[in-house]
Amino acid sequence: MSAIAAPDSEEALSGLIKDAAARKAPIEIRGGGTRRDIGRPMQAEETISLDGLRGVTLYEPGALTVIAQAGTPLADVEAALGAEGQRLAFEPPDWRALLGSEGEPTIGGAVATNFSGPRRIQTGACRDSLIGVRFVDGSGEILKNGGRVMKNVTGYDLVKLLCGSYGSLGVLTEVAFKVGPAPESAVFLMMQGLDDATAIAALSAGLGSPYEVTGAAHLPEDCTPEGDGAVTMLRLEGFAENMAHRGPALRALLSRFGAVELIEDPAQVASGWAFIRNVEPFARTEGAVWRISVKPTDGPIIGARLRESLGARVFYDWGGGLVWALVPEEAEGDAGAALIRREIAALGGHATLIRGSASLRAAAPVFHPEPPALARLTAEIKAKFDPAGVLNPGRIVN
Amino acid sequence: MSTIAMPEPDAALLSRREEVVAELNAALPGGRVISELSETRVYECDALTAYRCPPLAVVLPETTEEVAAVMRVCSKLGVPVVPRGSGTSLAGGALPTADCVLLGVARLNRILDIDTENRIARVQTGVTNISVTQAAEGDGFFYAPDPSSQLACAIAGNIAMNSGGAHCLKYGVTTNNLLGVTAVLADGEIVEIGGAHLDNGGLDLLGLLCGSEGQLAVITEATLRILRAPEGARPVLMGFSSNEVAGACVADIIKAGVLPVAIEFMDRPCIRACEDFAQAGYPDVEALLIVEVEGSEAEIDAQLAKIKAVAERHDPIGYRESQSAEESARIWKGRKSAFGAMGQLNDYMCLDGTIPVSQLPYVLRRIGEMSKEYGLDVANVFHAGDGNMHPLILFDANKPGDLETCEAFGADILKLCVEVGGCLTGEHGVGVEKRDLMTAQFTGPDLESQMAVKDVFDPRWLLNPAKVFPLEASASRRGASAV
Repeated sequence: MSAIAAPDSEEALSGLIKDAAARKAPIEIRGGGTRRDIGRPMQAEETISLDGLRGVTLYEPGALTVIAQAGTPLADVEAALGAEGQRLAFEPPDWRALLGSEGEPTIGGAVATNFSGPRRIQTGACRDSLIGVRFVDGSGEILKNGGRVMKNVTGYDLVKLLCGSYGSLGVLTEVAFKVGPAPESAVFLMMQGLDDATAIAALSAGLGSPYEVTGAAHLPEDCTPEGDGAVTMLRLEGFAENMAHRGPALRALLSRFGAVELIEDPAQVASGWAFIRNVEPFARTEGAVWRISVKPTDGPIIGARLRESLGARVFYDWGGGLVWALVPEEAEGDAGAALIRREIAALGGHATLIRGSASLRAAAPVFHPEPPALARLTAEIKAKFDPAGVLNPGRIVN
Repeated sequence: MSTIAMPEPDAALLSRREEVVAELNAALPGGRVISELSETRVYECDALTAYRCPPLAVVLPETTEEVAAVMRVCSKLGVPVVPRGSGTSLAGGALPTADCVLLGVARLNRILDIDTENRIARVQTGVTNISVTQAAEGDGFFYAPDPSSQLACAIAGNIAMNSGGAHCLKYGVTTNNLLGVTAVLADGEIVEIGGAHLDNGGLDLLGLLCGSEGQLAVITEATLRILRAPEGARPVLMGFSSNEVAGACVADIIKAGVLPVAIEFMDRPCIRACEDFAQAGYPDVEALLIVEVEGSEAEIDAQLAKIKAVAERHDPIGYRESQSAEESARIWKGRKSAFGAMGQLNDYMCLDGTIPVSQLPYVLRRIGEMSKEYGLDVANVFHAGDGNMHPLILFDANKPGDLETCEAFGADILKLCVEVGGCLTGEHGVGVEKRDLMTAQFTGPDLESQMAVKDVFDPRWLLNPAKVFPLEASASRRGASAV
């Protein structure tokens, strides 16, 4: 069991990091700890928890802006927004059941990993909603970038750089978001029994319509809750009058692909999209889980290859562009890592090992290997922000 | 004399001009290099016309490989390179120095692919912003970022400055619509970042490049997100008795849960100038909001009903919905011509600070007070929904001292923006114009963390070196670039 420090101020955090940097002692940075098994296993004796930095520090509904300390539970932020009829636009997923983890997801953890839910295709990723950060770099320097306004091109965009950097460049202390209105209502259109290619064509048709589809997913038969026939889903959100117009219009547009059912029951809509967002088809299963991002029309191509070659189960989000694959750990000796990367090299895209045993994550690259020039840039940026190499060493950047 | 200094050109480089030109010519097919002063003068400034300087030479490459060849030559000879899109920067982003090679992307002008099934466009970055939409609109699609200069500005410059536009309240700015790039690094290496897929793993180098003002790499191709056009759109004009009331109305509209595609603000001086220019039918009021919503006719009616209900709480002077596509086009033409229309009446300096929307009434009042103190008039036109202000300070370029007074006034307004929680620039970029104000927004370590990134991409600081960071802060690094 490693030593855990939970500083309650940026200054205290800075002191801890300076001390660790002087000793070249690796530190694990931890938010809620719900995604700590994503990435290469680390050998860190010491842990810095963001538990001491909690609370929404500024919320202006009229400016669509919220700022919170990094250790604030995501649920607290969402509750504050919900009370004003607003929400985080990027639909942060909850993967505790998928990863078998416990704890309370934090807003800082959401930023550090930059994962976004089905609405990513419509309103952007976590990194698109994020407008400002405060953080402490690997030298203990307290820094800021961006701010609290949604249009800001002053200086380099280190906000994007920090988002998805897994604590490897700096420890986030405060994050600012552009938020969106929560819709008055949400519905989805459901089609059954489509094969992957037809389903993705239907999703493309929906996403290419003017009806502002905010979710587009396809569950092949072996990924549905009941295992009884493939399900294709397109979500609409907005005011009641939007639903009244767009529901029937989208239904008419999709009818050439098969029978279309309109699901309006709020509980069914909510649970249906949580099932996709939280990768529930693979929760409480055995095996490695891959998250593969490709051009949407390449989704079914990758899906078919993984089924044939690796015995994978796959389902699709983001109109086909996000392929989730459950692969036996023993497949090809590396849960298919080499094969998946080979397939993607031909098409363009990337694959991340979201769930795997520690030995698999130590042996196979968890994040998609970058071409040498980009790997060099990444390593040099890491060296600039964390010269002693103490922040989550090896987790994302070697 | 204006107040923004540029570094002294490197005399050694100036003396090697012929060698630089010869090496560039040797590395490129014929007709790519311009070195006659009569011709390089065309490139001596961008839209920040108060500052001018012809470059050592101009190159107009036609392929990514040719851009790489230019960068290899300049890297070898230690020559600074200033990239240029269409030269519409209001911040001096493409302002040359006498010792630089100006690299124009104007001939990288092809739309490579429009893929509506995957909702992407692949383009060379010399294409204009509007041409992406023009290439996609036959299929019912469009490219969302729409700077006022969209008829002329290049995608390259949009990426360099992370440009916005009137409709980004709903659709985001360039960085939110950019999926991938082909980039040439300072040493001539060609890299691909991102592509037709979303959210690369690893560090977000794409997000880092966007908005880096041509200081980290030269972007030659881009994959852009295109969107299906809405079924319809309708702007509404709302007049108010004061700037403050209009500002309060903006916050209330947003709080009501309606997310209009645009909320634009103009004050009386600007309204009059735009009305003269475009005959848009703007009412002659103290403050005007243009609010646009999208959807089917019924959806538009319903959204506007909600907005009207909010507006009525603020005693609007006149409320008029556009009755036709022609009228909508005139309304937007007036707004997008604001800078040009004001330019016909006066010399002006256009600011670009962003403030929290809640601070709009206070900041507008302070600008009015400062206007009296400085003795220069201000016209306000801006994207109110996101707090991105464009105060236009009117001055007389022929009156000695007026430009300097104007620049001092402008600096005070931008500092005010930072004080209330905003920033120096919302969409135009820092360039040279706001370079020396960066210390108002950032601490020394903040700036150091940004410059460290440039050290990684461009260790000798050859790419657009005298921009973005205060000259003093970047001096030691730029000094290292001298051969």
